[in-house]
Amino acid sequence: MGGIIRGLLPFGVAVPVLLLMQFLTADAPFFVILSLTVGVNVTLAVSLNIVNGMTGQFSIGHAGFMAVGAYIAGVVSKVVSQYGISFLPEAVSDQVLYGVSLTVGGLAAALFGFLVGLPSLRLKGDYLAIVTLGFGEIIRVFVQNTEMFGKALGLSGVPQRTTFFSCWLIVVLVVVVARRIRRSTHGRALLAIREDEIAAEAMGVNTTAYKVRAFVVASFFAGLAGGVFAHYQSIVAPSSFTFVKSMEVVVMVVAGGLGSTTGAVIAAVFLTLLPEALRSLFLQITGDGSMAQKVEQIRMPIYGLLLVVMMLVRPQGLFGTRELWDMGPFKRLFEGRGGRS
Amino acid sequence: MSEFIQHVINGLASGTIYALVALGYTMVYGVLKLINFAHGDVMMVGVYVGYASAKQMGREFSQSFLGVCLTFLVAMFACAAIGFLIERFAYRPLREKPKLTALITAIGMSFFLSYSFQVETKVFGLTILPGAAPKAFPEIIKPTEWLVIGDRAIVVWNWQVISVLIAVALMAGLQYLVFRTRFGMAMRAVSFDHRTAGLMGIPVDRVIAGTFMLGSALAAGAGILYAVKDTLVQPLMGITIGLKAFVAAVIGGIGHVPGAVVGALALGLVEEFVVGYGSSTWRDAVAFGFLIVVLLFKPEGIFGKVTTEKV
Repeated sequence: MGGIIRGLLPFGVAVPVLLLMQFLTADAPFFVILSLTVGVNVTLAVSLNIVNGMTGQFSIGHAGFMAVGAYIAGVVSKVVSQYGISFLPEAVSDQVLYGVSLTVGGLAAALFGFLVGLPSLRLKGDYLAIVTLGFGEIIRVFVQNTEMFGKALGLSGVPQRTTFFSCWLIVVLVVVVARRIRRSTHGRALLAIREDEIAAEAMGVNTTAYKVRAFVVASFFAGLAGGVFAHYQSIVAPSSFTFVKSMEVVVMVVAGGLGSTTGAVIAAVFLTLLPEALRSLFLQITGDGSMAQKVEQIRMPIYGLLLVVMMLVRPQGLFGTRELWDMGPFKRLFEGRGGRS
Repeated sequence: MSEFIQHVINGLASGTIYALVALGYTMVYGVLKLINFAHGDVMMVGVYVGYASAKQMGREFSQSFLGVCLTFLVAMFACAAIGFLIERFAYRPLREKPKLTALITAIGMSFFLSYSFQVETKVFGLTILPGAAPKAFPEIIKPTEWLVIGDRAIVVWNWQVISVLIAVALMAGLQYLVFRTRFGMAMRAVSFDHRTAGLMGIPVDRVIAGTFMLGSALAAGAGILYAVKDTLVQPLMGITIGLKAFVAAVIGGIGHVPGAVVGALALGLVEEFVVGYGSSTWRDAVAFGFLIVVLLFKPEGIFGKVTTEKV
């Protein structure tokens, strides 16, 4: 019983705080939009970290799972938005249906994660990277050729349902899940696979099963992130889910530290806000959009260089496998409660 | 029937180009056990070098035999230099680190090359980086019909013949180098076991650098052939072609030189058939579909040997 209460505690704190935040930021649309972008990226980074960081596999097709979630949730939402749940007020009914579409999108992405993961996770690191990349591309080409998903133009008219609260509730959920996985038997098995797959197998860890599970969990959350993305953009285009998007998430995970959830969160927030900040800074200094446009262009080569330099000087990433609560001033804050991981 | 033969000809012509790029992947994998993701992007840089030098030579000269040779040579030397630099500064320091580290570096390098070429940069009016807009590659080989059978039922273009000839010549040269020279012997030794090779007095660093330069030079040649065929060049072409060539190398059994050629020809044919009898929008998905099927049923590739993992 105590375990259940402890498990629900983060949500007991998060739900009122997020509701309060939503109430306070109701008349700051720019802040809300920015926070939604950040939230989606944090969800992607933390979920990818379960595969790339904790399990030591290298998936570079996360955008593909995000695309599955976005399209499926978008289509479901368009269909169900014609109906309403009669005994509920309209706003509540909308949110319930939105939640349903997100879940369906997430489950669809998880199914794809299973389908991709089951055969390909028997393969070694670099092959897996290529297969995930290929999967992402195939999904994109498939969507571009399917009438139901609007072909190259994308799916438009997805109802705008995303709120600050729902987006960040998913962020809290993915962080809690990642943290709990890390501290469980599962997490230790994943870490064992990362450190030495053969040794892990010799110790009785069913490596394929654990890898597939990590993959399914990660793709589920990528699907949720895609659903959230679809419901605030209201238009889902194949160009949002290219290799570039996958790489962006990989950079966040690598920079934050492979295996560190808080590292992934911080890197995702930082790397999402930095280009935005630079853009508006240049816009204010020069007054025209040319420099601001350059920021967008220069972002990608810098990401590439960041990966190379990071690997050369600090291959474990900013945080390594440590978490925020493992270091310095934060350590004392959390020390009182239970053991450390 | 004639349509079928036409598709076979086109497929083989594009397959030989993939083969040249795939050879670079497979050689580097052979000596380093590393997938050099940046290989396709090195090829892209080579294409731009060829573009710039052909433009410099002017229309007349660049179409002469000497001009064409010069374009190829300049691009190949430039790429060899880039391959050397990448190996020296990005991969060599990580050689003894976990494989994942090198893989991330390779992906980062690929990203860096292809996207920095999208940022248009001019220094004193001289274009250093070309920008994202596709550019028309100079017509260094003027397209003419080399062979026409029936009422244009089957057409073989001169550039198809030329690219097959150049590709075959480069591959024959490679085969000679790997199996008949001292350097080739050193390369095979390093590929077999680089630590023992080092103990036997083989300069491992130099052999690996040489392999990189060789692979990059071949890629530059392939890139120019591709640009002649496709006529448009743009910075992201390296990623697409590089990935397809990689797929070809895996299909043939990565690390196996003739296997890469067979894999590339097979890929070229399959792609051509899908475009010819299906839909061209599916073109880029073919390679990956093919790859996934091969990895499922024969993960070591057609010619690869099964390796068992030992502790």
